[in-house]
Amino acid sequence: MFYREAGDFKTSYRDDSQTFPISFDRWRYYAVLIVAFGVIPFLINDYWANALLVPFLIYAIAAIGLNILTGYCGQVSLGTGGFMAVGAYACYKLMTAFPDVSILIHVLLAGGVTALVGVLFGLPSLRIKGFYLAVATLAAQFFLVWLFNKVPWFYNYSASGQISAPERTFLGHAVTGPATTASAKYLFCLAILVVLAWLARNLTRGTIGRKWMAIRDMDIAAEIIGVNPLTAKLSAFAVSSFFVGVSGALFFAVYLGAVEVGEAFGIQKSFLVLFMIIIGGLGSIFGSFAGAAFLVLLPVVLKVIGVDLLGWPTDIVAHIQLVIIGALIVMFLILEPHGLAQLWRVAKEKLRLWPFPY
Amino acid sequence: MNDMSTEGYTTADGRKIGGVLMEMKNITLRFGGVVAIKDISFDIREGEIRAIIGPNGAGKSSMLNVISGFYVPQEGEVWFRGYRRGPMRPYQVARLGIARTFQNIALFEGMSVLDNIMTGRLNHMKSGMLAQALWWGKAEREESENREQVEKIIDFLEIQNIRKTPVGRLPYGLKKRVELARALAAEPKLLLLDEPMAGMNVEEKEDMSRFILDVNDEFGTTIALIEHDMGVVMDLSDRVVVMDYGKKIGDGTPDEVRRNQDVIDAYLGVAHD
Ligand SMILES: Nc1ncnc2c1ncn2[C@@H]1O[C@H](COP(=O)(O)OP(=O)(O)OP(=O)(O)O)[C@@H](O)[C@H]1O
Ligand SMILES: [Mg+2]
Repeated sequence: MFYREAGDFKTSYRDDSQTFPISFDRWRYYAVLIVAFGVIPFLINDYWANALLVPFLIYAIAAIGLNILTGYCGQVSLGTGGFMAVGAYACYKLMTAFPDVSILIHVLLAGGVTALVGVLFGLPSLRIKGFYLAVATLAAQFFLVWLFNKVPWFYNYSASGQISAPERTFLGHAVTGPATTASAKYLFCLAILVVLAWLARNLTRGTIGRKWMAIRDMDIAAEIIGVNPLTAKLSAFAVSSFFVGVSGALFFAVYLGAVEVGEAFGIQKSFLVLFMIIIGGLGSIFGSFAGAAFLVLLPVVLKVIGVDLLGWPTDIVAHIQLVIIGALIVMFLILEPHGLAQLWRVAKEKLRLWPFPY
Repeated sequence: MNDMSTEGYTTADGRKIGGVLMEMKNITLRFGGVVAIKDISFDIREGEIRAIIGPNGAGKSSMLNVISGFYVPQEGEVWFRGYRRGPMRPYQVARLGIARTFQNIALFEGMSVLDNIMTGRLNHMKSGMLAQALWWGKAEREESENREQVEKIIDFLEIQNIRKTPVGRLPYGLKKRVELARALAAEPKLLLLDEPMAGMNVEEKEDMSRFILDVNDEFGTTIALIEHDMGVVMDLSDRVVVMDYGKKIGDGTPDEVRRNQDVIDAYLGVAHD
């Protein structure tokens, strides 16, 4: 009964285009922020940080990035893993070359480098679409992984071919390296995610977002009303790659600490993030969160239920997981292309009308 | 620019028509062996409603596509507001103040009615990407100001109650109206309408005719439209170009065109020699 638009009148166009037009939604959003920043850091331990929370935060950044490109601008990419690798290696090179500069700057610069690389690999999108573009980005994926394996300069000629993050502090707390606490990792990633999600939300609800969606829905009509396809597509590649690059940098420096490129940023990663936005919802920031949460949570839940509770062998549970993901992808693609985000919206719409649906 | 262009004329219902806004000179457009437009010249004057008619496949849509920069003619010149226009991409043409609708509706199906119409105002929105990302100062102000303009158009076309509806869910007639709204949002100097009433029932056609006349009257927008319904064409337009098999076979007021023997033959399907 409380979830209502009634009595919640908008008196300006500004209010009407708010992110959360219903004040109840807005309060719930503040509540989530308060819990995320004020409560969880005191409860978190290594298990929760490493198994769930930190990967969720980092994948959410990647999913928002891919959603901007694929969900909003309609350009399919299978190169997410490769672009995350660019972010990771850029961050590594910067961390080792300029040890005195803040890690935050390095992470953001890594995003910037990835944006440039993304624009470069986005150039073919001006000529090709759909399936062919997907194949081109797939080629980018394999090329980038090969490059980081092949050229020793990228991993500073280390014997193992791996890169590992030296310890860096932020505001006096270690955020990379073995001494990092769970809450420091968590808070560092959370702060970056919150700011980036806010930026993404602003971009997608404004002029540039409408340009992207126009290109996605009908590129010919978009051009006729004055959208330059070149700048629209390349800006989507740039912004998207920036997000993906930042997530790659965090994945390497904060989450894993040491990385072998093919293992951490292989083609499976591209598919994982793509599945996140399909399940979560194409063209929705909230859906990026939902999809990331779902696919980070799923293996953990299955392990707890299947292995710990029912005592099934680990490999069987792993197979079950693949089957579930596969079935969900097919289901969402066919039945609900807007994913969990749309199911959530429909549920809210029902709630708004409840208990008198007509 | 020739002298003719500065003179205008007064229509039967007393509207003042100005000088030449757009002039097509000896346009020829070929697709491989097919000649879609053959050496056609005509002009569109400021404030006028200009119709292009002709049987199916006559080359009408092709002509509109040449005007909006979609096709580049092999021969001929396109003049707009007194300047010769070089080859341009469609988005550059849009920036000159030319907006259009399509024969087969070309809306952004995944976006709401409001967002569709807001895209029509892209060329009036100049804030940079950083300002938009931060939703700061100019970006936010611009969004509100342009929203205000869009709301005026929404009121004008009487589509207030579907503002937030995704376009994909609308019936055909309303989609046509939203597409007109998106074109109007650009505040074009020249508005091109490719069969704005195709597939509509009588009532919807009357509404659409009224909107077209009101647009012309209230905003002074010059309009070039393609239409098959002769009744509508005769009612709406000040001057008519008639095309058949890529050639111009008539040009004048509705009355003149109606009496033109070539036009009568074309419409009655007299064999071509
Ligand atoms: N992109 C294209 N490629 C090849 N041929 C084309 C193309 N566009 C149009 N044509 C041809 O040019 C001729 C004119 O087509 P156009 O669409 O301009 O006719 P129209 O007068 O708009 O007809 P209708 O009333 O059916 O809409 C036709 O013979 C058509 O097949
Ligand atoms: Mg046509």
